[in-house]
Amino acid sequence: MADAATPVRTGRRNWLLAVGRQRELSLLAIMFVLGGIVSLMAPQFLSVDNFSQVAVLASITAVAAIGEALVIITRGIDLSVEATIGLVAYAVARSLELHLVDPLGALAMGLAIGLGLGMVNGFIIAVLKVPAIVATLGTLSIFRGIDYVIAGPDQVPLAGLPPGFAHIARTDFLGIPVFVLATVGVVVVGSLLLRSTRFGRQIYAVGSNPEAAAILGIPSRRVVFTAYALCGALAGLAGVMWVIEFGTINGTAATGVTLAVVAAVVVGGVNTLGGSGTLAGAAIGALFLGFIANALILVGLSQFWLQAIYGLVILLAISSDQIIRRGVQRANTRSGTR
Amino acid sequence: MTATARGRDSVATLLRGLVRWETLLLLALLALIVMGNALSPYFLTPKNFSNLVAALMEVAIMAVPMTMVIILGEIDLSVESMAGLSSAALGFMWAAGVPLEVAIPVVLLIGAAGGLLNGLLVARGGLPSLVVTLGTLALFRGMALIVLGPRGVSNFPEAFTQLGFGDVPGTVVPWSFVIFLGIALILGVVLHGTWIGRQIFSIGRNAGTARYSGVRVTRLRTGMFVLSGIVAAFAGVVLTSRLSSARADAGAGMTITVVTVVLLGGANIFGGSGTIPGTVLAVLTIAVMQNALRLASVSVEVQSIALGLLLILSVLIPTFAHQARTVVDRVQRSRHQPADAIAGEHPPGTGTEEELS
Repeated sequence: MADAATPVRTGRRNWLLAVGRQRELSLLAIMFVLGGIVSLMAPQFLSVDNFSQVAVLASITAVAAIGEALVIITRGIDLSVEATIGLVAYAVARSLELHLVDPLGALAMGLAIGLGLGMVNGFIIAVLKVPAIVATLGTLSIFRGIDYVIAGPDQVPLAGLPPGFAHIARTDFLGIPVFVLATVGVVVVGSLLLRSTRFGRQIYAVGSNPEAAAILGIPSRRVVFTAYALCGALAGLAGVMWVIEFGTINGTAATGVTLAVVAAVVVGGVNTLGGSGTLAGAAIGALFLGFIANALILVGLSQFWLQAIYGLVILLAISSDQIIRRGVQRANTRSGTR
Repeated sequence: MTATARGRDSVATLLRGLVRWETLLLLALLALIVMGNALSPYFLTPKNFSNLVAALMEVAIMAVPMTMVIILGEIDLSVESMAGLSSAALGFMWAAGVPLEVAIPVVLLIGAAGGLLNGLLVARGGLPSLVVTLGTLALFRGMALIVLGPRGVSNFPEAFTQLGFGDVPGTVVPWSFVIFLGIALILGVVLHGTWIGRQIFSIGRNAGTARYSGVRVTRLRTGMFVLSGIVAAFAGVVLTSRLSSARADAGAGMTITVVTVVLLGGANIFGGSGTIPGTVLAVLTIAVMQNALRLASVSVEVQSIALGLLLILSVLIPTFAHQARTVVDRVQRSRHQPADAIAGEHPPGTGTEEELS
């Protein structure tokens, strides 16, 4: 929000602004407070093991959410991520079982398939000009259908994977799980890309004002295409992580994950109207959701609550964004800085 | 304008009328029926007709208000979860001994409340309906799971299961088809024959202009989401009846088919145009297509690929047709340019206007 940077004098508005601007920090603060409550109810919450378990699980959502954030910043949406994750997970697991690829090859294969599927989305949306909602709802059905066709009723068991492959998720480097390091790596590289490259600035420009971006000569089609392609590649990476984490893979892997991914992005402060948000926010949003899922189990609430909470989190996040945005606008008009 | 130009225009109008989306859809439907008949001798039997239609009726019922929501320029992705919540709530109440005469109205009220939540957030909150209804898609499904958990309730009375299961006595027409046609008829009249419908179209074309012309945009938008919620809840009742079982995961995945039906029926995803008869034709087309694919022993998996392709194509084809028409118009106009080039008739702006349209 560019207009959020203008100084406002009203006290209440200042408070609103501070919260609105520091979404990542406020999320962490909420997690801290909730964490205190949960640890009183379930002391095992505060263990290092539990924390690393939460972070490892959240990493998968986080990686996919970073890709989704790129797309949402351009004013788009990708509902097909779960099908991409599922298709990549099955293809990679099956190839590993058949010894067609080694673990490193599996990673490359997952990224390549994801990139390819993302480019399909990008082509339909940026070149054929089909609205993102229709295009990705369609490819959700198509990619999942391909997954079902390839997999049939079969599943790749954990035992079919190369020995040690599934342990990667639990491997530590300097005391930090490899998955978390990988996610941090993606956040850092992605944020540098957004902050310091022409492509990064163009993504924000296309998302905040497509007409102005076109007038400035920004190649919107190419930017949008690239965003979907990257989103696909990151979903591919999440698919490989899915295999490592869960081991046993069938044709329905990752069904319903899109909701968690979008919830992570939205709660992480990425504006659903495009043009603003950070990748770190999306990753922290994923951590936040993983943390809530973990707290539910520890407090003894049924897993069935999770779905409802994802929905509630999406609605609360977009409503509070809207309230803040309107507050900012009102404050700006009143102080005459608009 | 010269006489030849006028003649050319009327021919173009006639051609445009002939290639109306509904006409094309009807042709596709007939072609599919002929193909299905060639595939299997059972295709045109009355029992097969009854089966092929009954399996799609919940989707069809939800597609009618969805057509109106999409004409408004919005979308409601939460309908499948509302159908699930409705099924779960119905099962929960029935298991707790609440008679169906009470439970069904309560379920419809839940639908209205859910729709109101969507409507208020979109119309009053100014939030994009895509994200709002994605949120309620998760919320309603989660509530269904909380209410009923993983169990199913299935000891419904036969009179109730006849609603989604049975045919009108003496015919092969399923009751659910009659209900669908009834809803389509009522809402079709509302959309195409009353001021409410005209206001819906005007909001879809340009919400700002509509507001300045005195249309109560907020109220109408909210109302349409409420309608969508009620009808989705009712579709959940029909689904429960057809499966003779209430489950929390009822209706999962239906939204894609609902949206596909509406867009295939010719509604514009950007709002402003669409028809209920188009949606009804699209329901029949998809029912026949699914049935033909099944008889050709195409797997459910491949059918899901076909559905996704159909969804994308139903937006692509009109776009291409429009572009092709613009190109043809431009070529025609440039060919007649020398004859028509009277000073003042072709201001410099005309060219860009064409490109923008």
